[in-house]
Amino acid sequence: MNEWHYAKRKVIDRGMHLLFMLMAALIMIPLASMVLYVAVRGLKRLDLDFFLHLPAPVGEKGGGMGNGILGTVSMVLIACGISLPISIMGAIYLAEYGKRSRYASLVRFTADVLAGVPSIVTGIFVYQILVRRVHHFSSLAGGLALGIIMIPLVTRTTEELLKLVPSALTEASLSLGVPRWKTSLYVVLHAARGGIVTGILLAVARVAGETAPLLFTALNNQYWPSGINQPTASLTVQVFTYAISPFQDWQDQAWTGALVLLLLVFGVGLSARLVLSRNHVSNM
Amino acid sequence: MIRKPVSKPAKGIDPSQRTVVKLVRPSKPDSPIPSYDMSRGSGSERAAIPLVTGKPWGDRAFKNLTAGFAGLILLLAIAMVWELWLAASESVSAMGWHFFLTQKWDPVLDHFGALAFVYGTIASALIAFLIATPFGIGIALFLTEIAPRPMREPISFLVEILAAIPSVVYGLWGIFVLAPLMRSHIDPFLIGWIGKPLFAAPSTGLSLLSAGIILSIMILPTIMGISREVFQAIPRGTREAALALGATKWETIRVAVLHPSRGGLLGAVMLGLGRALGETMAVTMVIGNRPEISANILGPSHTIAAVIANEFAEATSDIHLSALAELGLVLMGITILINLAARILVWSTASRLQTAGDDS
Repeated sequence: MNEWHYAKRKVIDRGMHLLFMLMAALIMIPLASMVLYVAVRGLKRLDLDFFLHLPAPVGEKGGGMGNGILGTVSMVLIACGISLPISIMGAIYLAEYGKRSRYASLVRFTADVLAGVPSIVTGIFVYQILVRRVHHFSSLAGGLALGIIMIPLVTRTTEELLKLVPSALTEASLSLGVPRWKTSLYVVLHAARGGIVTGILLAVARVAGETAPLLFTALNNQYWPSGINQPTASLTVQVFTYAISPFQDWQDQAWTGALVLLLLVFGVGLSARLVLSRNHVSNM
Repeated sequence: MIRKPVSKPAKGIDPSQRTVVKLVRPSKPDSPIPSYDMSRGSGSERAAIPLVTGKPWGDRAFKNLTAGFAGLILLLAIAMVWELWLAASESVSAMGWHFFLTQKWDPVLDHFGALAFVYGTIASALIAFLIATPFGIGIALFLTEIAPRPMREPISFLVEILAAIPSVVYGLWGIFVLAPLMRSHIDPFLIGWIGKPLFAAPSTGLSLLSAGIILSIMILPTIMGISREVFQAIPRGTREAALALGATKWETIRVAVLHPSRGGLLGAVMLGLGRALGETMAVTMVIGNRPEISANILGPSHTIAAVIANEFAEATSDIHLSALAELGLVLMGITILINLAARILVWSTASRLQTAGDDS
């Protein structure tokens, strides 16, 4: 073991340190580039009109994505309406009743599998069961597709959070003579509500940014939505359509749409974190 | 001396407490002793406590109701596979194995060969895998082993932001920032220095390589997050043992961190791969959308998910829709298999490390 050997090991050690540090620094480049580009190029067209107006025809100045924003919000609400009852009730079963039974394990496993299914496949499924049968694209179909994506996400997070509720709380409730089902609904679910809301908001942030499952379920629309049975614009599909268009004005609007989308997604994600932290404080 | 007898009865309480817990929350769902069933006593007892009669019907109903909702998840998965299979059956019977063995995709002549899409999907995911794996694992190592503690959470938060950005925004960035950069700087460099067959002119910036790069950024948070979890599961003692033998930090990482976690790392990479295969929007916006099988990764290509996104809404003939549904079925099959294998790897590695930690 001569001096040279030690020096070599030391150099390799330093080199690897530097390499890992460099990797962490390098990955910040695309992140910063993306956020800055969206912010700078998006701000160019960001005004009140963008939120309140319909898309203008090519060549005409102005116009916005008001219908897309409304469409995204309404489809996310439909998705919540469809997925939350299934997810939360399913999660109560998994955490409170099913536990380690074979049936519960199978459900858990299936939910994990569903979470890995590409969202475009969910779109095909909804096209088959709904759009093809009623012969038209609709925001109901779009919301259903988003809801199906939400189900496994919300089910698994809710289950984990219900399991975290101390069993002493359940036992206290049962010992007071409260029926088991009331305990599940009013004690356990209530105690975990902050975390569950966080989980739901994170799932909402995820599906609000989805484009692929909407392409052939909700399609697109140049006008304001007039009911859940009509083809409906969404912010994401609008951004996609404008981004691949050859028109400068539309491309500018795509950046603004992306900015609004990022603000929406990050806003929802941030409020999720806030709900969680506030709930932690009040629990302490 | 006085304490010992005190502590012993205290220990003796434990089992009885455990039975209380068991009575209230039976470990088996259909345990013969219900949680607070008073009806097993004699008739007079039942009369003495009129409030609690048997296992209340409300509880049974609620349990069955929630079980029913949980069953909807099973039903959903079955319906998905079944409907996709139904939708694909026309194409399956019309094209048979030619679907996977030919590369001519011609909706006008009703000939559907998906080989080029399968190639593009695998090639783009492979490029993403080659770029994202060293970065994901490297950053995870940096965060668990090297970075000073106050830096760890902020950096991991920033990387996780990458996972929250919608894929259509990646695509937008890809079209207007990455593709021009590739066209003007990176592609000419690669053509000049390495050249054929992998890098051949002309380059438009919309290429398999651009798609692979975008995908690698998108799957990096997945690989980093799971690698980090696996590294954190490694007991401290293993690292300290290596350090005590005089290993440098890097040697410690190699011997005591990377080596025992290789199964979990493989799982992490596969989960990333599963995401890359199913990714649609960003890829369809930068890959150029031309079904071609070529070794040149600077040329345009096409993927399974991208062709579904491009053609499904406009497909007019039933067989065209059916062929696209068959592609969807294939995509679902591949991603499910990869996800399952990855989950098993991550889970088994983590639990093996955990038990090793308990022993030491």
